[in-house]
Amino acid sequence: MAEKTYREALKEAMTEEMERDESVLLLGEDIGVYGGTHLITDGLLDMFGKKRVIDTPISEAGFTGAAIGMAMMGLRPVVEMMTWNFSFIAADQIIQNAAKVRYFSGGQVQVPLVIRGPNGGGVQLSAQHTHSLESFYGHFPGLKVVAPVTPADVKGMMISSIRDPNPVIFLEAGALYGTRGEVPEGEHTVPFGKARVAREGSDVTLVAYGRQVLLCERAAERLAEDGIEAEVIDLRSIRPLDEETVIESVRKTHRAVSVQEQWRYYGVSSEIAAIIQEKAFDYLDAPVERVSGAEVPAPYARNLELMCFPSEEQVVEVARRVLYQEV
Amino acid sequence: MADEKQTEVSAAVDPERLVRLYREMVLVREFEEASQRSFRQGKIGGYLHVYTGQEAVAAGFLSQKKEEDKVITAYRDHAHALMLGADPKEAMAELFGKRTGMVKGKGGSMHLFDVDRGLMGGYGIVGGHVPLGVGIAYALRYRGSDGICQLYLGDGAVQTGAFHEAANLAGLWGRDGMCPVVFIVENNQYAMGTSVERSTANPDFAGKFEAYGIESEKVDGMSLEAVLEAGGRVFEEVRESGKAYAIEAITYRIAPHGAADFFEKYRTKEEVREWRQKDPIGLLEQRLLDLDAVDEEKLQEIKDEAKRTIEEAVRFADESEEPPPEELYTDVYAGEDEYLGKE
Ligand SMILES: Cc1ncc(C[n+]2csc(CCOP(=O)(O)OP(=O)(O)O)c2C)c(N)n1
Ligand SMILES: [Mg+2]
Repeated sequence: MAEKTYREALKEAMTEEMERDESVLLLGEDIGVYGGTHLITDGLLDMFGKKRVIDTPISEAGFTGAAIGMAMMGLRPVVEMMTWNFSFIAADQIIQNAAKVRYFSGGQVQVPLVIRGPNGGGVQLSAQHTHSLESFYGHFPGLKVVAPVTPADVKGMMISSIRDPNPVIFLEAGALYGTRGEVPEGEHTVPFGKARVAREGSDVTLVAYGRQVLLCERAAERLAEDGIEAEVIDLRSIRPLDEETVIESVRKTHRAVSVQEQWRYYGVSSEIAAIIQEKAFDYLDAPVERVSGAEVPAPYARNLELMCFPSEEQVVEVARRVLYQEV
Repeated sequence: MADEKQTEVSAAVDPERLVRLYREMVLVREFEEASQRSFRQGKIGGYLHVYTGQEAVAAGFLSQKKEEDKVITAYRDHAHALMLGADPKEAMAELFGKRTGMVKGKGGSMHLFDVDRGLMGGYGIVGGHVPLGVGIAYALRYRGSDGICQLYLGDGAVQTGAFHEAANLAGLWGRDGMCPVVFIVENNQYAMGTSVERSTANPDFAGKFEAYGIESEKVDGMSLEAVLEAGGRVFEEVRESGKAYAIEAITYRIAPHGAADFFEKYRTKEEVREWRQKDPIGLLEQRLLDLDAVDEEKLQEIKDEAKRTIEEAVRFADESEEPPPEELYTDVYAGEDEYLGKE
């Protein structure tokens, strides 16, 4: 295994799949000549040519829809959303066509499509360029939604996404493109619907996905200093969701905190809390708590932005609260 | 000038072919009448959009579809399915929401699919299917096929953003010979109750494609022969060039927008009556009689036969079983026997 960045892991997965399978092709704005806004696809145009690495105009609905048509014909397009903030323009295509066409065609077509790009905030992009869309897309049957955080999972889940016969919403932690981790060489797939226990512990369960997993790991370190052993669960896959791993952990720890960058209401953490109370009610020693983003459009100023996202302190504090410890 | 063209066109057309297509157009008309009746009887739910008045467009173009070609359209899709060879029984059964329907009772009137025959579906969000058709065309070329995509859309769809984005892509990809798509704008003068005049300051639909580097023409969508001529020529050009092309078929929706629309405040009875003079089926009957291709008796025989076929289709639909409850959770995801969302 070699150490690679999140960015390199992504590119490696796409490159290997393109080499393996002629039907894989890429579409997006500035992914070719420019090299990719986040340099994920840098060099791929030279390797695969413009038939397979398609630079598109600023037409999210147009090229996402075209990619759906291609997928219905058996190609395996990977669409880059420059950032997920622009996907609302393509939302009609994603929701009304990609997610449903298999169903309303009575199973006559399938849509092996991946749409990928950076999700979430943290780098002062302010209101219109800061969204965490996992529960938005996670709401729709017919879509699969993943949000990996480690470079190894990024590679493994990208390969799984490309090979999946269904539309996959691949939410990257944009703020982490430069982070490093061990990445298995070659064929490495990570199945959907399987959470990862990022840290084992017996006192409280911290549930997160994407960038917040790292935050929870840091919070767990802090808690450990005071003798509290937190278990950190990285969901990785939002739809399908691995309920079992969460429930199993809560049966052991009897307490849970669910952490998300997105807004509190109608979010993934609410879903986690609901599932825990439905399936592990008798095991709970405290209410399940949520740590979420502030209920405001994201502000620009650094200090205000920091207040918007869950912090290590907040997670530590809430973890102590569900343990009924003095805060 | 127009007369000259007309004779030119007719010379190329074989009367037997016209009779064959007349048969299909009459069948579609019968199907639509029966579906409206069944709707009023409460046997068909949801929305029902019929094709009455536009039959020459689908008949002329779809009869020239080659095996490798693909077709995609909006929700006014019964004619497209039938003319591509779908069994009227299965089409009607879909409208009735039965398990024997074309898409197993899961899509209804607006979503007829027949992928084996190249019908990539009917879609319900106005303009939303247009990008799909462009991608389908790209995929055909990518795979090395010489098929083309017939992409049907309404005058209303031309006002959507999805259409304009897709048209731009089609023009762009066509430059590299990678977009063998023919946009067929079925300009039936209305988008629900909004006339063309009230929906665009530039009602030249064919002309709009120029902005995207796509050549275009207009065709009289009430004349089967004109549609046949345009289709025959354009499809082969596009097959050859891989470049997008657009045809505006000027036609008229004689029926109300949807089967539930009883009052039509947006147009006058006189206007409808006037267009009825150009009913493509009526015009074709006259033409066939003039050509001595049929006599009155033959026309009646064709109509009676269509009636019988459709009566049988209605009976079949009526008697078919509803989809079994297990079907609720199938076809949500591909490649999965057990769907996780199942309660
Ligand atoms: C995006 C969207 N907006 C509104 C509607 C409701 N609607 C259904 S059909 C229609 C008119 C469309 O007209 P046109 O494209 O000309 O097709 P036609 O019905 O004439 O065949 C409208 C507004 C819809 N289905 N989708
Ligand atoms: Mg119209």
